[in-house]
Amino acid sequence: MNKKRSLTFYLLAAFFALFVLFLYSPMLSIFILTFQGPQGALTFPMRGFSLTYWLGQVFQEQRVGNFVGAFWRSLGLGVSVMLLTLMVSVSAGLAFRNRFRGANSLFYLTIASLIVPSILISLGIGIVFQVLGMQTNWFSSGLGAHMTWTVPFAFLIVLGIFNRFNPSYEEAARDLGASDTATFWDVIFPLILPSLLGIGILTFTLSYDEFTRTSLVSGQRNTLPLEIFGMTTNVTSPALYALGTLTTLFSVVLILLAFWGYSALSAKQKQPKL
Amino acid sequence: MDSSFSTSTSTAPDAGVLAADASVSQELKQELSAHSAGVALRGVTKKYGNGFVAVENVDLDIPAGSYCCLLGPSGCGKTTTLRMVAGHESITKGDILIGDTRVNDLPPTKRNTAMMFQNYALFPHKTVWQNVEFGLRMKGVEKRERDRRVGEVIDVVGLTRFADRKPAMLSGGQQQRVALARALVTRPAVLMLDEPLSALDENLRVKTRSELRRLQKQFGMTFIQVTHGQDEAFALSDQIVVMDHGRVDQVGTSKEIFTTPASRFVARFVGDNNIFVGKVTAVEPSSTFGSVVTLEVDQVGRFMSRGLSASVGMTAACCVRSDRLSLLPYPPAEASAANQLVARITQIEFTGFITRVSLMVEATGDEITYKGRSYDWLSIDAQEGQLVTLTWAIEDCIFLPH
Repeated sequence: MNKKRSLTFYLLAAFFALFVLFLYSPMLSIFILTFQGPQGALTFPMRGFSLTYWLGQVFQEQRVGNFVGAFWRSLGLGVSVMLLTLMVSVSAGLAFRNRFRGANSLFYLTIASLIVPSILISLGIGIVFQVLGMQTNWFSSGLGAHMTWTVPFAFLIVLGIFNRFNPSYEEAARDLGASDTATFWDVIFPLILPSLLGIGILTFTLSYDEFTRTSLVSGQRNTLPLEIFGMTTNVTSPALYALGTLTTLFSVVLILLAFWGYSALSAKQKQPKL
Repeated sequence: MDSSFSTSTSTAPDAGVLAADASVSQELKQELSAHSAGVALRGVTKKYGNGFVAVENVDLDIPAGSYCCLLGPSGCGKTTTLRMVAGHESITKGDILIGDTRVNDLPPTKRNTAMMFQNYALFPHKTVWQNVEFGLRMKGVEKRERDRRVGEVIDVVGLTRFADRKPAMLSGGQQQRVALARALVTRPAVLMLDEPLSALDENLRVKTRSELRRLQKQFGMTFIQVTHGQDEAFALSDQIVVMDHGRVDQVGTSKEIFTTPASRFVARFVGDNNIFVGKVTAVEPSSTFGSVVTLEVDQVGRFMSRGLSASVGMTAACCVRSDRLSLLPYPPAEASAANQLVARITQIEFTGFITRVSLMVEATGDEITYKGRSYDWLSIDAQEGQLVTLTWAIEDCIFLPH
């Protein structure tokens, strides 16, 4: 290999470094500003230094509500949305393998929900609930709003998974006397499980940080993104940044867990080489 | 690679590890041969929604306990036929009988058949044991009986020590035997094999081929196999079904297909045949061959062939195997043989045991191939570019009505 690199390499490397800086400096600023002393403010320069002061503040009751409650709501909502989305998208994916009548229209109808402006969907759901005389809530209207966002994504991925899925596994299972249910749980499900884990983490993330669609239908209690937004207009302390740091940490842990789970699962079912 | 493998024999891990005859459970053997059933197809047609006819009006009788190969190029309908028998493809028209039962509308599991899929379709997330056990578990066989039967069949295919491995940790040949065990464990009446050897390399293919044949004979089972290799079909079959464009062209034993192809397609597919197309000018009954059909081939010559029936004036063909030709100097010294033609040598290829000679009929540009044992060729001493006389007997010249 040639040790001496051309000028182009250094120029491009510098450009890439700038790009990475652009990508991560907002996040870095927030991390850094988290660790200020009690006199800390929202902008640089840092005022004092404390490792835990503002992180601790996150768990105190705030003027507009509290983070902890919002976090648990968002977590619960994310998990419910994830499970429901997986159920709906896998069932839909299985159905779409047999080209039924109206499959195409249904496909476009599902995807359309990705294109319609989010705020309109939120508004629409809000209006429907009003017409029906129902109270909007994060676990009812909010859940529905999230699923208009997660299901189309998950559905598209599931279609891709089943496109690559070798149908002879199912034929072999049926040939050996497996019912449809047994074929699904014994053969299809274990084989697509690593991919489902990926979809799960994606839909959870989509739901966990969803803002616009939730904004008009979350009811009395806020989800975490709404809570944070509320704080930016009312609260002017670095607790906001501390919260950002904590949720980022939470996401990183989640992603690491997902990667670990994915590789553990895929190792268990490596495709045989012929 | 695999240190635990037995070193007591000099064979490679993949070579002939199927258990020796003596150790094969007598009970398994009896049960399998008792279950064996014949298969009959009556006017079976498969038409797809877009109008494509994959299989057209196929009639076929496969006797119980026989090894039948469906042979043909890709797209000839052989796999579709197999999948219809197995129940993985619906039948548009006609009937399929397994034993005495009409199985048209039965799901695969009720047909008492088993299928070995191309590339085996072993469940990658299950161990060898779990793969083999799957069919019994699905049929609700109780645990103790399952363990006994799985253990037995895994032993027959020589994979006992690999029972806890996943398919990804097995060689191609071992995977093939897991697939076989998985298919055999449910005691099927008919075993269907979709190109079971195509994923193996040449050496292993030949070994596995003879193992399959031995196993089939030993258990007296009905095997139906799809293949596109004529040597594979010749080596394995009691019955070969040659298919083309969704139709059955010829059904016969290996010997029949080889010595008496029934159509131009079969003659070409079997290989090494020189085919001449012409007009029938005479049909004479013969005591030895049925009838002798004379064919006038434009600008090439007049050839006498053996056939069953033909009518004067029809367009037909005859063929002669390239190894049944005699090559004589031109002009020939002796009186003419039944069939002869003059051609120019364009290429001589020495391929070891066989020398392959390409020739051309000058008037038409038709290519002809002669194959002879290389030692015989030494005494002929002909050169490229030289004119020679090719002769062949009536009995080696097969009349092809279509």
